[in-house]
Amino acid sequence: METAFTPLQSFSGGLLIGLSAVLLMAFLGRIMGATGIVAGLIFPASLSDWAWRAALVAGMATGPLVWLAVTGRWPEMQVPVDPGTLIIGGVLVGIGVSFGGGCTSGHGICGLARLSPRSLVAVLTFMATAALTVYMVRHGAGR
Amino acid sequence: MRIVLAYLIGVIFGTGIVMGGMANPAKVLNFFDFAGSWDPSLLLVMAGALGVTLVGYGIVLPRPRPLLAPAFSLPATTAIDLRLVGGSALFGIGWGLAGFCPGGALPALGLFEPAVYLFLAAMMAGMVLARALSDRLSHGAARPFG
Repeated sequence: METAFTPLQSFSGGLLIGLSAVLLMAFLGRIMGATGIVAGLIFPASLSDWAWRAALVAGMATGPLVWLAVTGRWPEMQVPVDPGTLIIGGVLVGIGVSFGGGCTSGHGICGLARLSPRSLVAVLTFMATAALTVYMVRHGAGR
Repeated sequence: MRIVLAYLIGVIFGTGIVMGGMANPAKVLNFFDFAGSWDPSLLLVMAGALGVTLVGYGIVLPRPRPLLAPAFSLPATTAIDLRLVGGSALFGIGWGLAGFCPGGALPALGLFEPAVYLFLAAMMAGMVLARALSDRLSHGAARPFG
């Protein structure tokens, strides 16, 4: 399935993601990492710690509605995989980000912005295995 | 105050993710499909996000403390070990299969698509499993998530 190259729109989206990461650090002193935020929701440390995380996620889920309000249409989303693959992929993501200590936002944006060698290793690793997986699924033997 | 700010910061993040295309698995998977229908858009998401964060952290982190918290909570772990590489490798495989990463899926909650809920439920099950596994493997040693 082809998707259109959207350089300006994607770059602008990136600027907003960066802005949110800087604001979260400036006000609450926290890394904008989806892994850590969800982990703190599943394994709460205290009620006040749980509350800001829940508010943050509620805000995130409002993003599509903001897009709808501004552009008049829902954001595009196509899921070109079957439910079984989504479940297996989801479990692997959950285990992987737990042991790896972060994901695209935590390691990929915040960690790299802090020039963390650990995050650079993580990013290069997950980018490589993701590309390899897509290659195997779409172009591997028997395709 | 903290709650309202966290919500608003979440709105900015979620809007950025949706705008950038990170909440759309078709776009994410095409970013990794160099041999097929390659869509380099996500490279620009990363460039924009990293550029702003690099400059912004440079201004914020030298300050004595955050505006609404006693101290900056930065990850203390610096180890580059099997846990980091193996975990990240598994994450990449899952991302390449499903097309969602955690930061892409959370804003997608607001799209009310069953696929998102299925992915997030599986992901959280994986996180609980990892915590249990980690506790069993390393009695009292460093847990994941720092």
